[in-house]
Amino acid sequence: MSIRERLSGNEATAYAMRQINPDVVAAFPITPSTEIPQYFSSYVSNGQVDTEFVAVESEHSAMSACIGAEAAGARAMTATSANGLEYMWEMVQIASSSRLPIVMALVNRAISGPLNIHCDHSDAMSVRDSGWIMLFSETNQEAYDNMLMAHRIAEHKDVLLPLMVCQDGFITSHAIENIELVEDDKVKEFVGTYKPEHYLLNKKEPIAMGPMDLQAYLTEHKKQQTVAMQNARSVIKEVAKDFEKMTGRKYEMFETYKLEDADYVIVCMNSTAGTVKNVVDSLRANGVKAGLLKIRVFRPFPVDEIGTALKGAKAVAVLDRVPLLNGTGGPLFEDVVSAMFVNNVNVKTINYTYGVGGRDVTEEHINSVFKDLQELKDMKEPYRFLGLKGRK
Amino acid sequence: MKDLIEIRWHGRGGQGAKTASLLLADAAFNTGKYIQGFPEYGPERMGAPITAYNRISTTPIRVHSNIYEPDYVVVVDDTLLNVVDVTAGLKKDGAIVINTTKSKEEIKSELKGYDGNIYTIDAKKISEEALGRYFPNTPMLAAIVKVTEIMPEDKFLADMEGSFKHKFAKKPEVIEGNMKALKLAFEQVKKI
Repeated sequence: MSIRERLSGNEATAYAMRQINPDVVAAFPITPSTEIPQYFSSYVSNGQVDTEFVAVESEHSAMSACIGAEAAGARAMTATSANGLEYMWEMVQIASSSRLPIVMALVNRAISGPLNIHCDHSDAMSVRDSGWIMLFSETNQEAYDNMLMAHRIAEHKDVLLPLMVCQDGFITSHAIENIELVEDDKVKEFVGTYKPEHYLLNKKEPIAMGPMDLQAYLTEHKKQQTVAMQNARSVIKEVAKDFEKMTGRKYEMFETYKLEDADYVIVCMNSTAGTVKNVVDSLRANGVKAGLLKIRVFRPFPVDEIGTALKGAKAVAVLDRVPLLNGTGGPLFEDVVSAMFVNNVNVKTINYTYGVGGRDVTEEHINSVFKDLQELKDMKEPYRFLGLKGRK
Repeated sequence: MKDLIEIRWHGRGGQGAKTASLLLADAAFNTGKYIQGFPEYGPERMGAPITAYNRISTTPIRVHSNIYEPDYVVVVDDTLLNVVDVTAGLKKDGAIVINTTKSKEEIKSELKGYDGNIYTIDAKKISEEALGRYFPNTPMLAAIVKVTEIMPEDKFLADMEGSFKHKFAKKPEVIEGNMKALKLAFEQVKKI
């Protein structure tokens, strides 16, 4: 029997971390993820976990401490947001290149400047090609469930890559909602013990970590990292199957909602997906075949499955919760159209920048996107803003 | 109760409107409902206007946006009446619950044309009588529970006693006063 509770997304994440009971947590507070290390440190003080909590002086050190701990053979976790992640950036790349399966809770927030503490995905998107597996979560429930699955995926011998679980800052991190929790003993059994094959504290196998890697072999090592990311696809699916056996909750690379026969489709991530589902239902009641494709696994990007899933649509809108500063499309848009292209799918697809810096996203906004899709004649204006004020 | 009730709270930073919205979510959760309780974080500081929200539903809640057409509005501080458009979008068959000692005429003139249901309560008097200090959120919580009829009084009081015992485990002396504040609020909130 699962436990019926009500928790915020941050509480749910800290709760999962308590159940996972990692060897090391190193974190530095930053809004809106601060509560995660805050709650976790009380678990440490109360003796509910036997984690070594490292209260570092910066995020660069938080990631460095996780790298050191994980290289030594320990299971290490951290949590951050926005500028905290930016300050970690150098070490974020080193974690993945050293093939250290660190797990991070990333509570999505706009990157400065100007200063803004609210939700968008500009932090996650700035590390999208850093060699981390990236899972996105619509609700507190998904943030919790993704966290319970994280170590099984990251630590798998065919993967060995760090993983981040993303959720929307404030919108889910600070909202109390219903949640079904899994019992401690079941989580412990599901997550299992970390048994690294190679680690620094193994005196029987002296090794070096993070050596210089020049012209001779860097290409081959990067190829191995790519293969590991590709391997993650099947591991993510296997772990989700086991998770479903335990909880009855089914997870795939992405979630589809009334997509099968949909003419007009929105592709998005995180909390907005719930709002889209409401709009899809009301449009369907009026005879409009609307549908949703919600990305759960953003890295590795499910290229073939997405290409195929969108094949039957008349028009697609990809919503990017990030400012488009490249003068063209947002990162999710570019990935989706590229997935369609390599799968010979040619559906009219437009891009919206939306919800930047916590701008509220309403059913009305989503309705307007579906309306645009129904009226879409050509691709003359593929890059759009949703709910833009003033002069367009 | 309707399948979905949406509530918007207006208060000033430090008065506990956010906490009240979370406690209301807790109480509704305990009756088996699906709930959301969330503040709208802005640049709020002590004394600045803040907004918090609740959704209470018989079915899972999927929408993640602020509430623009609430069924109920709670105003924790009546100095907000002419600062914030507190009745914006408020449904005709809904109600506004205000912590005030002002007369019907004064309130009506500040609510500029709003002709829906108005409930008032003197949360300051209740709080000072029951707790010896001004914490308006406890009486306002009881007032909105009574007005929305989301649960019977006895069930609500029993649940809250449990919550307070947990919340004030290190300050058990304040539990009795908080319970008294809830009971007084249930008696004193009135439609004007």
